[in-house]
Amino acid sequence: MSIHVDIASTLRAGARTFRLQTRFEARGQRVVIYGASGAGKSQMLKAIAGLTRPDAGRIELSGRVLFDRAAGVDVSPQRRKVGYLFQDYALFPHLNVRQNIAFGLQRGWRNPPRRGDSDAVNYWLQAFELDAVAQQLPEQLSGGQRQRVALARALVAEPAALLLDEPFAALDPALRVRMRAELDALQRRLDIPMLLITHDPEDAATFGGQVLTMADGAIVEERFL
Amino acid sequence: MTEPALTALGLSLKVALWATGIDLVLGMAVGYLLARGRFPGRELLDALLTLPMVMPPTVLGYYLLVVIGRNGPLGAWLHDTLGINLIFTWQAAVIAAAVVAFPLVLKGARAAFETVDVQLEQAARVLGVSEFGVFLRVTLPLAWRGILAGTLLAFARSMGEFGATLMVAGSIPGKTQTLSIAVYEAVQAGQDDTANLLVLITSATCVLVLVLASRLAPGRSVSA
Repeated sequence: MSIHVDIASTLRAGARTFRLQTRFEARGQRVVIYGASGAGKSQMLKAIAGLTRPDAGRIELSGRVLFDRAAGVDVSPQRRKVGYLFQDYALFPHLNVRQNIAFGLQRGWRNPPRRGDSDAVNYWLQAFELDAVAQQLPEQLSGGQRQRVALARALVAEPAALLLDEPFAALDPALRVRMRAELDALQRRLDIPMLLITHDPEDAATFGGQVLTMADGAIVEERFL
Repeated sequence: MTEPALTALGLSLKVALWATGIDLVLGMAVGYLLARGRFPGRELLDALLTLPMVMPPTVLGYYLLVVIGRNGPLGAWLHDTLGINLIFTWQAAVIAAAVVAFPLVLKGARAAFETVDVQLEQAARVLGVSEFGVFLRVTLPLAWRGILAGTLLAFARSMGEFGATLMVAGSIPGKTQTLSIAVYEAVQAGQDDTANLLVLITSATCVLVLVLASRLAPGRSVSA
């Protein structure tokens, strides 16, 4: 993967303003952006996915221009072909595990059937040991299962890259160690480019690759692990 | 005695159903706009649209007369171009009921849409689902209970509409005389039996609707 980000936005929350001025280039399949909470990591990740629109700048992912203010390019989030793992997973509470995973495969105005039989969905149910809970709702799952459902939902659409927003923050410490190893193995197996943001130095150390440190809306340091 | 009562009930149901249907469509659209949109004057718009809930129905009726009456801007246009005269028709009763009950749908819809986590909609977008698909597959399934509860209240309010309706639609038996107006007329004419019957029918309908509304109100678990 090659990713090129050079964006600026000003965010206002009441009287407070926050200036995001991020510029970096990353290569390789693993990129970690590390920084304290409030450093602007989530905003930056949302901008890459097209969920927020920067005031100015350019975003390029593996040769595709996703956003270029000067050229008037702003690809919709639907067409960016990125997978996004939300911090608290954002599973659809009214849909069962199978429907959640199949969500992106089903186009149109209707949700996937409760008891579908899609090969791609079956594959991920099996790969993540979710067969037994395929008919359950997200609220009935454990933390680890929720994360696997969210990962499966993002991966089933075969995205060009996977963006992960604090993927382990919602888990208890023991589970965190296990899910880190799982994600590590998954990345090696699929060889899918991953961009992970975290405030936990352990995540950066375990996940490795290119580690960029972010503070006050800007990249301040770059390391390779 | 029973036949005029049934006629009045039928008319009330027809008027209330039309008014509620119109309110549901407009209320969902404006409620979604108020819940998700970020534009100046948002709260002012909400306050303006809530006015019918606090204004005396006779005042509303007067406003409606001014707008849709023969000399009003909309009324004159309808008369001159389409040859339609709304005043003293059941359609005027629908307009009156729709305006009076609108805030109930709007409030319910706005609150229901606001409880839906924006992140779920974002997740659906990133997965490639179109904006309208996101609304139908994520937002609406998570908000419909609140919307329906508001809609049922609007239906009950429409059934009971009196003041504004009387002013724009009058009280023509079999044509614009709804249940609540028929009750008033019966009492005025000293027909206690008719009044009793009409009151019973009205009360039963309202209780039924309120029970339905409370069963659907948010806060109950989805599986219940």
